[in-house]
Amino acid sequence: MITLAHYIVLGAVLFCIAVAGLFINRKNVIVLLMSIELMLLAVNMNFVAFSRFLGDVSGQVFVFFILTVAAAEAAIGLAILVLLFRNRSTINIADIDSMKG
Amino acid sequence: MNPQLFQLICFYAFGFVTVAAALSVITLKNTVHSVLALVLTFFSAACLWTLIDAEFLALALIVVYVGAVMVLFLFVVMMLDIDQEKMREGFVKFLPVGLIVAAAMLVEMLGLIGVRAMHAQAMGADPAATAGLSNTAWLGQALYTKFLLPFEIAALILTVGVVAAVALTLRERADARYESASQQVKVNPRDRVRIVKMDAVRPDLPNDSQEPTP
Repeated sequence: MITLAHYIVLGAVLFCIAVAGLFINRKNVIVLLMSIELMLLAVNMNFVAFSRFLGDVSGQVFVFFILTVAAAEAAIGLAILVLLFRNRSTINIADIDSMKG
Repeated sequence: MNPQLFQLICFYAFGFVTVAAALSVITLKNTVHSVLALVLTFFSAACLWTLIDAEFLALALIVVYVGAVMVLFLFVVMMLDIDQEKMREGFVKFLPVGLIVAAAMLVEMLGLIGVRAMHAQAMGADPAATAGLSNTAWLGQALYTKFLLPFEIAALILTVGVVAAVALTLRERADARYESASQQVKVNPRDRVRIVKMDAVRPDLPNDSQEPTP
């Protein structure tokens, strides 16, 4: 019997994998973007599970909007990445320090 | 076989594939392989969503994510000439920190979830089936009535995303030649062609031409 906890635990595991990915791939912007996509997937997993558990449609509608926004975010993020590579011939985060933040 | 047991076995199988693929996304050396692992992650997550009757979102995940966003990622990864070795610098250095933070977060979250999971809360009946609808119809009815304004704003966000992506990557090359349509339309035939009236003249042929005189 599948319980709510199964899905929440899976979402938590995915989220933690994505956090670890953010830490260990500090140099590669593409893998960082993919880690963010993994985080969104973990959140969506929770939304879908709770929507089913509570019998409420709002959770699934929200997942739909998250998918929309994530698609737009990925498109713009990759466009910025292409622009960065064209101007500086690198996507190494260590080299992108002109703002001295 | 007991259908509930079969569901549970499917959950563990898909869940294992999801977690394994997610782990390989963040650890694989080649970025192209990472993208392909992410495709597998999304695909098995879609299978998991189908298990709890969220068919529309599962298919949307495959069509939108695997079909569009991941292909975009693949294009960009293959287009950029990335030095794979340089990208791996600091992988080992940050590995302990990443693992400690991730493990701490996982323990905290599992502890939080574990308190509630003591009394196993089974998923109820499929709310869409209870209402006598398919999942898509159930979702669509909410989307087009209660959530109509957010739905249209989402469409607007997608448009803004497209325009922004094109505007960012569009570049004017110095050596490119463009047509100016307005100038082409505005031009008058009289400015381009001048017709000159003149009498017919006989060309002065030299005497030793090829034509023999009769």
